[in-house]
Amino acid sequence: MHEVSLIESVISLVEQERAKQAFARVNMIRLQVGALGCVEPEALRFCFEAVTTGTIAEGSRLEIEMVTGEGWCADCRGTVPLDERFGACPLCAGSHVRMTGGDALRLAEMEVE
Amino acid sequence: MCAVCGCGTARLATDRAGPGAEHDHPHPHDAGHDPDHDHVHGHSHAREAPHSHAGDALDFGAGLAGVSVAGLSQARTISIERDILAKNNGFADANRSLLIKAGVFALNLLSSPGSGKTSLLVRTITDLRDRWPIAVIEGDQQTSNDAERIRQTGAQAVQINTGKGCHLDAHMVGHALEQLSLPPGGLLFIENVGNLVCPAAFDLGEACKVVVLSVTEGEDKPLKYPDMFVAADLMLLNKADLLPHLDFDVDACLAAALRVNPRLQILTVSARTGAGLGAFFAWIEGRAAMASSPMAGGS
Repeated sequence: MHEVSLIESVISLVEQERAKQAFARVNMIRLQVGALGCVEPEALRFCFEAVTTGTIAEGSRLEIEMVTGEGWCADCRGTVPLDERFGACPLCAGSHVRMTGGDALRLAEMEVE
Repeated sequence: MCAVCGCGTARLATDRAGPGAEHDHPHPHDAGHDPDHDHVHGHSHAREAPHSHAGDALDFGAGLAGVSVAGLSQARTISIERDILAKNNGFADANRSLLIKAGVFALNLLSSPGSGKTSLLVRTITDLRDRWPIAVIEGDQQTSNDAERIRQTGAQAVQINTGKGCHLDAHMVGHALEQLSLPPGGLLFIENVGNLVCPAAFDLGEACKVVVLSVTEGEDKPLKYPDMFVAADLMLLNKADLLPHLDFDVDACLAAALRVNPRLQILTVSARTGAGLGAFFAWIEGRAAMASSPMAGGS
């Protein structure tokens, strides 16, 4: 359940933001989750309400934006979409693909008032 | 538990405080954790790496750009663009620069429970203690059993109990490092919580990650739990002495591991008989030499 500590990190980032600019509540938190990363969006949703209760983010809505995976195919010499970290190139079916993106986990934006 | 750090429940048990002694995690803040708490507790591992827990100015990526008014309310949208693991990574960077400065080569050992990590460490320490000063940080949810086993070899050991936590994070390891004294040229093993999922995401500041898989597990484990094998630099296939009694397909296992991570190095070993451990020790020696060479940066 490392998703719990990840949501706690999100709350910590929100708190850091509140120290910079005043806001009373958070309506929405948008996360970017890489499809090839080691985070399960459903598990984030599952623990979000419980972990945010009693914090500045209590009652806020969680929006998860999935970021698709991409890789560099050495044979096609180009960037290709990847469904799995160790997947084959969707263009040439070759296996000389190195993942280049899609494993990030970011707090992208939030709506506050 | 505070964000990433887990310090509401984690406990350190050292070998300094007398037999079997455990003490509470030395943070002054209470476990209840006021949400306003900004992580300003007196902390000595700030060192030189950028540290993210001061709660004050940190580079903000794209900055506070998009401010828009939605509907009739005072609601506004703040663009943040922050890596959620940045806090852990800040602690990890601090640990890494501390270890490099101290000339200590650190390995993070990962596996499911029962793969033989502790037995492997006991054997490794026994065989290598005349060549290297060795210390161990042990991570488990409960008990100091593993640290006790390590101490019986004569090596220093610090036990971290994560409570409900499923992984070690860099903040816990930073505190454990404060308890250890290793001379330059020392070797540090960090035995992570037995878990083939969560520890993969948390950099602890180690030089390399070593995943241990035993032949009593399925040969498709690397495909079922790819994150761990993707993150690892070396895989040890342990309990090889049991192979004659099992249907385990070594080739299929190695193929699965290399499919997930083509750069993975793999050694087949038995902590019980010592078979293959010479190659592991040679790997440690080589990687430690690379890490300490001025030509090579930390990996």
